[in-house]
Amino acid sequence: MSMPGPEVAIEVEGLSKKFGDHVVVDNLTMRVRKGQIYGFLGPNGSGKTTTIRMLCGLLTPDAGRGTCLGLDILTKAREIRQHVGYMTQKFSLYTDLSVRENLEFVARLYSVPHPEDAAQEAIKRLGLEGRGKQLAGDLSGGWKQRLALGACILPSPQLLLLDEPTAGVDPQARREFWAQIHDLAADGLTVLVSTHYMDEAERCHEIAYIAYGHLLAQGTVAEVIAGSGLVTYVVEATREAHTPGATLAAIGKALADDPAVAMVAPFGVSLHVSGHDAAALEAAISPHRTEAGVVWRQETATLEDVFIDLMQRSKDNMS
Amino acid sequence: MSAATEVSGFVRRVTAMVRKEFIQLRRDRVTFATMIMIPLLQLVLFGYAINTTPRHLPTAVFVHENTGASRAILAALKNTAFFTIDHEPQSEAEAEYLVRSGKVLFLVEIPAGFERSLRRGETPQLLVAADATDPVAAGNALSSLSGIVTTALKRERFVDEAGSQPFEIVQHRRYNPAGTSQLNIVPGLLGTILTMTMLIFTALSVTREIERGTMESLLSMPIHPVEIMLGKIIPYVAVGIFQGVLILGAGMLLFDVPLEGSLALLSLATLLFITANLATGYTFSTLAQNQLQAVQMTFMYFLPNILLSGFMFPFAGMPVWAQWLSETFPLTHYLRMVRGILLKGASFADLQTDFLVLIGLMLAAMAIAVARFRQTLD
Repeated sequence: MSMPGPEVAIEVEGLSKKFGDHVVVDNLTMRVRKGQIYGFLGPNGSGKTTTIRMLCGLLTPDAGRGTCLGLDILTKAREIRQHVGYMTQKFSLYTDLSVRENLEFVARLYSVPHPEDAAQEAIKRLGLEGRGKQLAGDLSGGWKQRLALGACILPSPQLLLLDEPTAGVDPQARREFWAQIHDLAADGLTVLVSTHYMDEAERCHEIAYIAYGHLLAQGTVAEVIAGSGLVTYVVEATREAHTPGATLAAIGKALADDPAVAMVAPFGVSLHVSGHDAAALEAAISPHRTEAGVVWRQETATLEDVFIDLMQRSKDNMS
Repeated sequence: MSAATEVSGFVRRVTAMVRKEFIQLRRDRVTFATMIMIPLLQLVLFGYAINTTPRHLPTAVFVHENTGASRAILAALKNTAFFTIDHEPQSEAEAEYLVRSGKVLFLVEIPAGFERSLRRGETPQLLVAADATDPVAAGNALSSLSGIVTTALKRERFVDEAGSQPFEIVQHRRYNPAGTSQLNIVPGLLGTILTMTMLIFTALSVTREIERGTMESLLSMPIHPVEIMLGKIIPYVAVGIFQGVLILGAGMLLFDVPLEGSLALLSLATLLFITANLATGYTFSTLAQNQLQAVQMTFMYFLPNILLSGFMFPFAGMPVWAQWLSETFPLTHYLRMVRGILLKGASFADLQTDFLVLIGLMLAAMAIAVARFRQTLD
């Protein structure tokens, strides 16, 4: 591995972690450039949280090496912590402290000068004026998330590690949250964010998809989709169809077991049919293309199609 | 629904619940261990270690004359199981030190001219000073003393077989002349209450953070385990001092507990004691997986503290292994110190061994806690 240049925020190689006999992260190699928003995607239990924890020194890797902000994750965990903001999946500020008390506590731990002023400024920036004295535990989900992010960026970190920060947050709050993340990245902050939401993945500069501890795809959204080699057809029920649900379900059922078809997924009054071999897929669907009440068209695979396909293939490979 | 199916449904649900509880109990190894250990511990401690009519009480004999009678008395005292003659002081000051520092519970003084007076039938005096800060221990032994000495003197033909008691025992119950149990209990309570509250406070502190999920955040921030420990101990030092003042103030007001020694020395001893217990509790906190386990560990530790420290039962009456065990409890040393300072007017020089051991125990607990503290989530 070459020395990471100044433009690299995270560089890890061969990172592995086992809990007992269970391999949670297996030989993971990735590189995140500075100022990027890097999306970390994967099903539950795929090792996203474990990887994030290894990056900030909360877990010791069993194998592999890497650097975070140019500091060795194995030996420089303490220095890394000084410059990294980690937002845990579960709200982990003190529910029995007020908003202000929580922020001041964080400011003091990071030796931020004038912690009271810093907390006040953060409260203002977060739009939490008038709620400074409210207990953090009494805040709603969206406000808790906002406070947690505020606490993370209060000590002016160079790298943010956000573990499913928008789980259970309404769309409005999510949109505001992402606007803030982009502002921070524009100021030079690197953000690694794990998520389950496809729309959020598409807001990232680059994404990585991991499943069962393996990194399966990495790159921009367009690169990941192109790299999947997935061909997708959309079948849509027209207004003439008397029972659009039944018609689509019948097509789906007929195609599901065809070896040329990788997956069939219903979306309202349409169906996504995907496969890897364009010619074989076309042959498979051709008997259904003339059915009444439906229209077929070819489309670019969505990110979700790609991820579900990746996950299924990796599951097949595992078993 | 028929009554029969309702009953069987009830039984099924209860059984399911019972099964679940057992599975959880089996998974929680620490709870399981305490379930076995607490009864065993109680049995062993009560059965073997505790003796309310203590024997082998540490005693000093100050002999002013080297005569047959005094040798006979010394030999007799050495032969009984009631006393263990560890010291034969050569001076008044040494004898006094032994009692005040708590090294002996009794000081038997055979005055000069004892044998001559005895032979002349003058009923000489045998002086016995008893440390009455623990009235239970003192009482029984004192009552057996005259019998032992009389038998010995008769056997050695210093006095007639048939005669009445040929000497007089002058008893001096030191420090607590009336044998008031409050004077023993109040200083003891100061120690036990502080032990309990201090242990619980810190025992819960780390596990609470883990259970609430705040530990993950805390560990990801730039703070050192020693800093976390000190930050969690210091607030409770203040709480402990407040409690100490409360108990002692009430003891003095309600039970007329005296303060014979120095208040500064008492404060220093109390401060050390509080910190030692907080550090011990913090150690439990780093060992336990959750708050329940931490509470159970605290009780496991508290029980022998209460039984063996000399708070409830005379320390001197316990077998040697139990005495050694209790030497590892801060409470044992604190009880000696607090009784010494309050009732006997003991000075730092009298208590320096206990001070040193207490400091040692405190540092050991802190070292274990810091070593055990998991800086990662591994």
